[in-house]
Amino acid sequence: MSAGESSTASVGWNREQMARRAALDIPDGAYVNLGIGIPEKVAQYVPEGREVIYHTENGLLGMGVPPDVGEGDPELINAGKKQVTAIPGAAYFHHADSFSMIRGGHIDICILGAMQVSQNGDLANWSTGSPDAIPAVGGAMDLVAGVKTIYIITQHCTKTGDPKLVKSCSYPLTGKAVVSRIFTDLAVIDVTPEGLKLVELAPGVNQDYVQQRTGCELIITE
Amino acid sequence: MIDKTIASVAQAVADIFDGATVMIGGFGEAGSPIELIHALIDLGAKDLTVVNNNTGSGHVGLAALIENHQVARMVCSYPRTANSTVFPDLYHRGEIELELVPQGTLAERIRAGGAGVPAFYTATSVGTPLGEGKEVRSFDGRDYVLETALKADFALLKCARADRYGNLIFNKTARNFGPIMAMAADTSIVQTGALVEPGEIDPEVVVTPGIFVNRVVTVANPALESVLVNDGRAYP
Repeated sequence: MSAGESSTASVGWNREQMARRAALDIPDGAYVNLGIGIPEKVAQYVPEGREVIYHTENGLLGMGVPPDVGEGDPELINAGKKQVTAIPGAAYFHHADSFSMIRGGHIDICILGAMQVSQNGDLANWSTGSPDAIPAVGGAMDLVAGVKTIYIITQHCTKTGDPKLVKSCSYPLTGKAVVSRIFTDLAVIDVTPEGLKLVELAPGVNQDYVQQRTGCELIITE
Repeated sequence: MIDKTIASVAQAVADIFDGATVMIGGFGEAGSPIELIHALIDLGAKDLTVVNNNTGSGHVGLAALIENHQVARMVCSYPRTANSTVFPDLYHRGEIELELVPQGTLAERIRAGGAGVPAFYTATSVGTPLGEGKEVRSFDGRDYVLETALKADFALLKCARADRYGNLIFNKTARNFGPIMAMAADTSIVQTGALVEPGEIDPEVVVTPGIFVNRVVTVANPALESVLVNDGRAYP
């Protein structure tokens, strides 16, 4: 997953604010799977009063916060292989059950990072297709194929300033037409049957600024 | 009398042969049967096909098995590891094959192998490079690819507690691929942290019923991969 790049933007939302904004869209009672990177941060910003259950595909429903130093169990980890805790009421299960939760449509929301998202909601987030890279996919393809709602948190542009929201992905796909909503440092954008629709602007950002940094035409309605 | 216990890890893996397919439990270090893997390194069986989610860390456990040139082919979902260059180096030199499988498809192929289901359809990987060349069929207007079951000659697994029948319970997220690999292998070999009397594991909480397990060997204080890696250890 390539969601780890640091923001150098002086306008818009920082990583914490992006996570906070995405957390607003997680309803009470949701079963949620969070990808590695900025998506992991969403858990700490879910508004008070909402109870959300976190699934980690390596076999835990009811993932809690990281353990205090020295209190963890090396065999209680998340999909990023970091130590976590289990909340009271958590459950452990094997991998086939875990991916039945995913593939069977039982997980409500999955939040992932992205390398590219196309205007019809195609996602590329696992490989640059470079011939000397070691291909590694993990559970990304299963998540996008099986989870009901896929949210993406990503910087609007790459470190070199190229748009990550594009007409069609040049990188190998993770899934076709799977993304529902995109949270970037500049805006919240929905994938609609007509294309990418601007839903909300980050502070200090206007429509032209976002459009100039987007590789396809945005639908903008007042 | 049924007694699946074996006295040593060396005896437990002694009949693993050159060219065998070996499923190895674990997700990262959680559930990794390091002592059984090291016994397999001591045994020296070669040209193995190994099924595991990853490719190991540092120079111990699965990474050491690969480094010892015993693995001809890896079937896994995520062969990159932050702290191991063993697999990447061999892969770049063309000395090891990789079959990359999405993690959920990997799990279901293993489950299917153990459940007597030869193949199944899944939406995972449709329209992606990993779905290319696979049979596609549409059900209720959605496309799915055909995936075939995975079976193995042996499985090497780790559990928390076992009895002589092979009933198993696991530790937290160390369960991961253990129960389904136990089903999918002709010979399932399990290292357990503790051996208990039949009945001491409540039948209501048995995770893997003993019918799926062939051998149980006690390893009371199993090594942790991260500790060995941090200590700079290498095996052998």
